[in-house]
Amino acid sequence: MGQVITLKVNGVLREVEVEPYELLADVLRDKLGYKGVKKGCWRGECGLCTIIMNGEAVKSCIILAVEADGAEIETVEGLARNGRLSPVQDAYVKNAGLQCGFCTPGFIMASEYIVRRNANREITPGEVRSALSGTICRCTGYKQIIDSVLEAHRRIKIVR
Amino acid sequence: MPLTAIHYLHVSQPRHGRGVTLLGSQFTVREFKIIGKRIPPKDAFDKVTGTGTYVYDMELPGMLYAKLVQSTKPHAKIKGIDYSKALQVPGVVSVATGRDFPFRIGIYVGDRDLLAIDKVLWVGHPVAAVIADSVRAAEKALDLIYIDYDPLPAVFDPIESMKPDAPLLHPDLGRYRVSPAFKPRPGTNIANEFHLKRGDIEKGFSKAEVVVEGDFSLPFMSHVYMETQAVIAHYRQNGYIDLWTSAQSPFAVRYLMGMSLGMPMGRIRVHVPYIGGGFGGKAGLGWEPLVAMLSRKVGYKPVKLLLTRSEQFRLAPVVAGVRGWGKIGLDRNGRIVAYQARFIFDSGAFGDYTVNVSRTAGYACTGSYEIENAECESYAVYTNKIPTTALRGFGYPENHWVLERLIDKAAKELGMDPVKVRSLNLLKPGVSYTGTGARLREDAGNPQKVLEEVAKGLGWGEKARDSSKPWRVRAKGLAVSVKGPSQPPDASASAIIKFNEDASVDVLVGTGNFGQGTVTSLAMIVAEEFGIPLDKVHVHELRSTNDSAYTWQTVGSRGLFTDGSALLEAIRDAKSKIKRVASAALRVSEDHLEIADGKVYVKGKPWHYIPLERIVMGYTFENGNAIGGPIIGSGRHIAELNTYLDPDTGQGTPTIFYTFGGTGVEVEVDLLTGEVKVVKAVQAFDIGKAINPLLVEGQMIGGFVMGQSRALYEEIIFDEMGAVANPNLSFYYVARAPDIPEEWVLRIIETPQTDGPYGARGIGENVMIAVAPAIGNALFHGLGVDVRHLPMKAERVWRAIREQRPELYQKALSALKEEIRREYESLTRR
Ligand code: FES
Ligand code: FES
Repeated sequence: MGQVITLKVNGVLREVEVEPYELLADVLRDKLGYKGVKKGCWRGECGLCTIIMNGEAVKSCIILAVEADGAEIETVEGLARNGRLSPVQDAYVKNAGLQCGFCTPGFIMASEYIVRRNANREITPGEVRSALSGTICRCTGYKQIIDSVLEAHRRIKIVR
Repeated sequence: MPLTAIHYLHVSQPRHGRGVTLLGSQFTVREFKIIGKRIPPKDAFDKVTGTGTYVYDMELPGMLYAKLVQSTKPHAKIKGIDYSKALQVPGVVSVATGRDFPFRIGIYVGDRDLLAIDKVLWVGHPVAAVIADSVRAAEKALDLIYIDYDPLPAVFDPIESMKPDAPLLHPDLGRYRVSPAFKPRPGTNIANEFHLKRGDIEKGFSKAEVVVEGDFSLPFMSHVYMETQAVIAHYRQNGYIDLWTSAQSPFAVRYLMGMSLGMPMGRIRVHVPYIGGGFGGKAGLGWEPLVAMLSRKVGYKPVKLLLTRSEQFRLAPVVAGVRGWGKIGLDRNGRIVAYQARFIFDSGAFGDYTVNVSRTAGYACTGSYEIENAECESYAVYTNKIPTTALRGFGYPENHWVLERLIDKAAKELGMDPVKVRSLNLLKPGVSYTGTGARLREDAGNPQKVLEEVAKGLGWGEKARDSSKPWRVRAKGLAVSVKGPSQPPDASASAIIKFNEDASVDVLVGTGNFGQGTVTSLAMIVAEEFGIPLDKVHVHELRSTNDSAYTWQTVGSRGLFTDGSALLEAIRDAKSKIKRVASAALRVSEDHLEIADGKVYVKGKPWHYIPLERIVMGYTFENGNAIGGPIIGSGRHIAELNTYLDPDTGQGTPTIFYTFGGTGVEVEVDLLTGEVKVVKAVQAFDIGKAINPLLVEGQMIGGFVMGQSRALYEEIIFDEMGAVANPNLSFYYVARAPDIPEEWVLRIIETPQTDGPYGARGIGENVMIAVAPAIGNALFHGLGVDVRHLPMKAERVWRAIREQRPELYQKALSALKEEIRREYESLTRR
């Protein structure tokens, strides 16, 4: 039996009918078209489906869509404004913090969260490493990703 | 948590602009505007915004979904399949079984079925496919398919499998289609064997002062590319097949599909958008023929197959486990006088691509060294386990794991510095002969320099730094590597460039884009040569066999070398066409013209020019007369003077280039837990020319971490039925961000190769080859602990320490107790 839920995705209110067993990741991808939400493991291990929900970074493949009723959600598609990249996205480009790009949306969302959360304090490379430990990248070896996060954080702090 | 400052050293020479390029046979110093610059990947915008499309993301109107039923027996006859109940599930359109497709496919040895034909070969073997209008309906139906098996004896161990009385997996091996370089042994489980013979092995060993030998092994591993395998096939009523597939090599897919289905190649159109990682695991042929046949079976509708991660682990090809053995002899001075090695690749149920992996391990067994007397043999052997395929660097990580470890062991026996021993024996370009008896070309690079840079970067000879705790020990180790592309001697590539009205350029190449950076480098070449901004060069992310230029495969670190060479020829072609038109327009001879800054100039008279915009669609004179027309340039590349290898001795010329490199590590080992942490990584490679150092570094770092992950953590575990027991990313651990070294030394050495683009050689795979041996050598050199089986996981290292250095373990234990006692005292005193 379907149930209608309401989500605010990237600032837009969306209503969608979901089944009780459906996962948030699948609803976002397949019913609402946010294909930037990727799945690499289907069970909370790889972090590719990371989104920001009510201000927290979460793995959307282990959340039921019905649990998210009323939530405010940000996906990777919502970050760039009029073709202008967010500081995190821009730092990933400059530092080549991506190769195949399949993990990138998940990493970008995790990084956005780290950068916002720590906007008013210093962060160390070690903290960035552990904060990113929930997401797997098989291509880059992480170093350029870590560098991207540190750079974005520096830039955000200067702007503030 | 202890926080160590990151102190990244980036040394790459020359970083900007100026570079030395070999043109013809003389060195010319050439100023570059774009080549050699650190430029972000061209497709980065698409990827950071999540708007790049992968096959995983694609939906077609009216599309159906396939799911595969997996065998529950390791080896059994299929007596019957009852899927009548499955057909009653709402949404299910059809069920297919192996009987529907009674033929075999493959790239090197055609031993694969689409779905099990009459017998299953491993737990996980796809037995039937359900096609439904939703994934959920297909999944429901899977449980309603009943298969009646008649069990056969199974074999899981490759050594057992080679015995004459072992159960045969492929009784028809003698009838399979086999490509020329391979020799399966019908009537056995041997899918291929290879022998290399050079000099006189007995005589060699008789001159040895020390002889060291040992058994080594590598486990099965998974590629863990983040995009699992995905294929959409649309078999059309008009006889064309459109395929969208997450595959590295669109043209190989087309060719092998055509061969196996007996279809005209031009009717098969293979489209490849962004690929979410490949690492060799998406080379060759995958599920494409199956999904195409399913599409036909359901009445010519598009069908999608997407594997989940656990399916990926259970039924898609992984990386073969290897049993290796080697024996090396050094004379009194440290010269290698003889080397013998054997590699048994456990190819699982199909040998398809692994036959080439094992062959490569065999012919390249002598690594970076000049060894006059060598004998190596390699086998790919069937067992009732998951099938296997290529992985980044294939054959080389395996043979280097044996040879590079033995060198250190032999050096120690002889009381010599392992760096010295390496230096003495490294191949000398222009002088030495490789293991296959081919003279190493003069411009093959500078192996000595590579070794020197690794040793320097690592601070070889200086004591390793103190560790944070007395029960942790720091140690250093290094290894060198060499690799060339494993491709048939006649593999080719092509490129097409076409100008647009605004003098921007569309580049058509066949090389797949899985993030390795080749596409960005190719675009940089075009921008450089015409003097136009990089954003006026367009390389579409989609490859389509019907309108991309041909390239054999995107494997073997060959893309930049082969497709880049073809592209340079296409650029020359376009330039000469432009000059022909400009010569008439400017009324000077073609040799007096030059193309730069987006203009055609008269040499020496930079004010006398025509902008490319006015030429590339045809030049119009003042009165309206026009000449020329749209400019298209085409170019090609084919491996020259490569040969097949002699079937008995393995002698010949197998590759178009060799890239020499080396890896050094400093590790911190916890003596009480056996945990190995890599604290510093050194990578040095002679790649001829770094077209884009930023992306080269990306390869060096990414390859190191993948190598580290394989060396320390990764291993597929099999249960007693030969089934994969850890089919997920919790129990199959791959390196994560906190695991990587904090300190990096990356060195790019540029000794140009005359026939590479700007002197460049490939690098993509070389970067992971020497990592495991370097870590193994660090344990050996710094700790005196010899670990010869991968992964060097904590438990294995812990056992090795306790067995081989019990006193170290005891000392560490006392140190820990002492610290606890002190801590306790200070707490109680307070
Ligand atoms: S798909 Fe959600 S964590 Fe992997
Ligand atoms: S860029 Fe390929 S998985 Fe991260």
